Amino acid sequence: MTGSRPASAPWSDAGSNGPLLEVRDLHTHFPVRTGLFRRGGDLAVRAVDGVSFEVRAGEVFGLVGESGSGKTTLGRSILKLVQPTSGSILYRGRDLVPLSERDMRPLRRELALIFQDPNASLNPAMTVGQGVGHPLRIHGLASSRAEARDQVVAMLQRVGLEPAEAFLDKYPEDVSGGQKQRVVIARALITHPRFVVADEPVAALDMSVRARVLELMLELQRDLELTYLFITHDLATARFLCDRIGILYLGNFVEWGETDRLFDDPQHPYTRALLDAIPLPDPSRRDRDKQLPRGEIPDALAPPLGCRFHPRCPAAFAPCGWEGRDLIEALESRWTEVDEDTFERELGLVGQLGDAEVTATEVRFPSASGVELARWLRHEADQLPSAVATAITDVEVGAHGVTVRFGPGPEPALQVVAGRPVACHLHGVTVRPDGDHVGDPTAAPRGP
Amino acid sequence: MSAAAAPSPRTSSAGPVLSVRGLKVGYRTTRGPLWAVDGIDLEVAPGESVGLVGESGCGKSSLGRGLVQLLPPGAGVRGSVRLADEELVGTSSGSLRRRRGEDIALVFQEPMTRLDPLMKVSTHFVQTIRAHRPDVSKDEARHLARAALAQMGIPPTRVDDYPHEFSGGMRQRIMIALAIVLQPQLIVADEPTTALDVIVESQILDILDRLRRDERVGLVLITHNLGIVAETCDRVAVMYAGRIVEIGPVEHIFSDPKHPYTQGLLASTISLETTELHTIDGYPPDLVSPPTGCRFAPRCPAVMDHCTRVDPTLTTVGPLQEAACLLYPGADGAAVTP
Repeated sequence: MTGSRPASAPWSDAGSNGPLLEVRDLHTHFPVRTGLFRRGGDLAVRAVDGVSFEVRAGEVFGLVGESGSGKTTLGRSILKLVQPTSGSILYRGRDLVPLSERDMRPLRRELALIFQDPNASLNPAMTVGQGVGHPLRIHGLASSRAEARDQVVAMLQRVGLEPAEAFLDKYPEDVSGGQKQRVVIARALITHPRFVVADEPVAALDMSVRARVLELMLELQRDLELTYLFITHDLATARFLCDRIGILYLGNFVEWGETDRLFDDPQHPYTRALLDAIPLPDPSRRDRDKQLPRGEIPDALAPPLGCRFHPRCPAAFAPCGWEGRDLIEALESRWTEVDEDTFERELGLVGQLGDAEVTATEVRFPSASGVELARWLRHEADQLPSAVATAITDVEVGAHGVTVRFGPGPEPALQVVAGRPVACHLHGVTVRPDGDHVGDPTAAPRGP
Repeated sequence: MSAAAAPSPRTSSAGPVLSVRGLKVGYRTTRGPLWAVDGIDLEVAPGESVGLVGESGCGKSSLGRGLVQLLPPGAGVRGSVRLADEELVGTSSGSLRRRRGEDIALVFQEPMTRLDPLMKVSTHFVQTIRAHRPDVSKDEARHLARAALAQMGIPPTRVDDYPHEFSGGMRQRIMIALAIVLQPQLIVADEPTTALDVIVESQILDILDRLRRDERVGLVLITHNLGIVAETCDRVAVMYAGRIVEIGPVEHIFSDPKHPYTQGLLASTISLETTELHTIDGYPPDLVSPPTGCRFAPRCPAVMDHCTRVDPTLTTVGPLQEAACLLYPGADGAAVTP
């Protein structure tokens, strides 16, 4: 069984067709309570934080990112399963953001969602027939029980569950993982939607079954003229399936554009890192040069200032947003690499890290050996495992310790590089108008 | 992931760290016994990394648990698992507990379920170390912990934090540090990166790779991801329906797979170069009543008449490469005349 990737569907011609969906400056923030009784003020997880893009009719647009990137929240916000905080979502020219659930109702049959975990998305108490037919009842799309049954049978056949009659009375637990995902797809498509958000639809499946479900999704897209927003962490699947891809990191796109161009010539270090990290099923290439970022995606409650990727970026330099906590982290990271004597000596100089006063633009170490620490910071901080030292503008010895100050680091705006939007200072320092900056962004040094 | 220049572990003069003969792992079901692992031979040399691959339900996790004799109550084990010439099958549970940790370590998929949330990370180490080596002082144990954690990239300033204060990737690093602190000869890692993102996965695989190259630890890596095997293993064993159907050096198996199942698995892998989708028709068999003859025959695109009658055995199909398929002479058990 084989299937090849179809060329872009004829109706996806951007010249004649406007976008089916236009997302403008979308924000979805979740307020967080801190402590037992205190409300967390304006503390919020900015899961989606100013995302703009459009999806053309008939295309597959991929949202790609690690866990915590905000891809699932973005997909759900677009379907209004989560209420966005601000921005607009124009679906066929109509803004969904201000619509009440009641006003959304008639639109719901056009907008479908395929979940990752078929076990969680099927009601175990409903038979396959009841489950798949449920949306028909909700939307009043069948005038009789018999008509609903016919539609369900036709859809089950369409997704390759044959003979369909044999599946009608089965319960989800009676069918295999691959079949279950087909049931989920059948239920999503029974109302004949135009726009389908597919959130990791094959992640839970074995490789051999995965290909079959992807094949089915492509067939259905062609035959039913569907437009997909395909959410995944798997770049290989995204490359195969998607016409265009947006790479998300902590609620923002770092770059987005045509799939092949983005993979062949990534312009953001994060995209490059993701591509480098994918294990290749080819032992002859295992020694290729890889630029792996440090650490993991940080806490979304307090994302890094400046470029959100800067603490992990292998290519980061002075204007990327270096701040106080980066210096602390760099010291900790250095201490995993040096011998124990060096660690003890440097810990003696710096003092307990918990005692340092850390803000965005400076760190004050209440060190007893201030002069020595200052000398170390001035002359040896470039041995730290990140580029944090490049942003240090001043090391001052005072009566109560040493103060280290950092230069400005603006959050980058999207700029056009290689014909697509990219948010990275390596292509020239830019300032995102509503961004989270370190210091005065307008004073940032120019790019390399 | 570098250093293909390291001496090939396969040419090492030392004997294998792990030697498995005729291993069977079975469970009781209401319909009769199910042999999830059904007669496996496998050797791992010091510093060697062997990948175990196959679809879900092919028996790779049962094999991994069989290797460390960590099976649910009621499970049956037959055959022999020798760890540096000491038999593990049939050993008392006390002695097994001692060997797990000291000589053989396990790394699982979900680290949080293995760490006690109420215990500082350092306490996990002190307890583990002192359970095995009562003569080690608390201070020495903390010192060992700090070194093992630093090796995994966990800062010495954080050894007294609690597990929940670490991210998923860091917890997996802590688990690996805990697994290696007693310097075992063999690590069995069952899908150690499946719950992690691709970048962290790559970091963890780097660490495992370093361990076997620098410390000469043998590694059995169980995964469904063929890319991971190609990147990190010396040899790969392909499992189907409880048996190894092909085994050999990764460079041979990935470039010239001999068994139709291996060919199907490789073809269905989606990589950055994929332009066409391939699938293996059908599903793995029910192991309570496996098919007679070759167990892959019902799904095999190259099936022949006698495949459903003759049960193939592993036969040499290339340099250090063996496959259990009747397409190749010798697989029917008859002597091969050169």
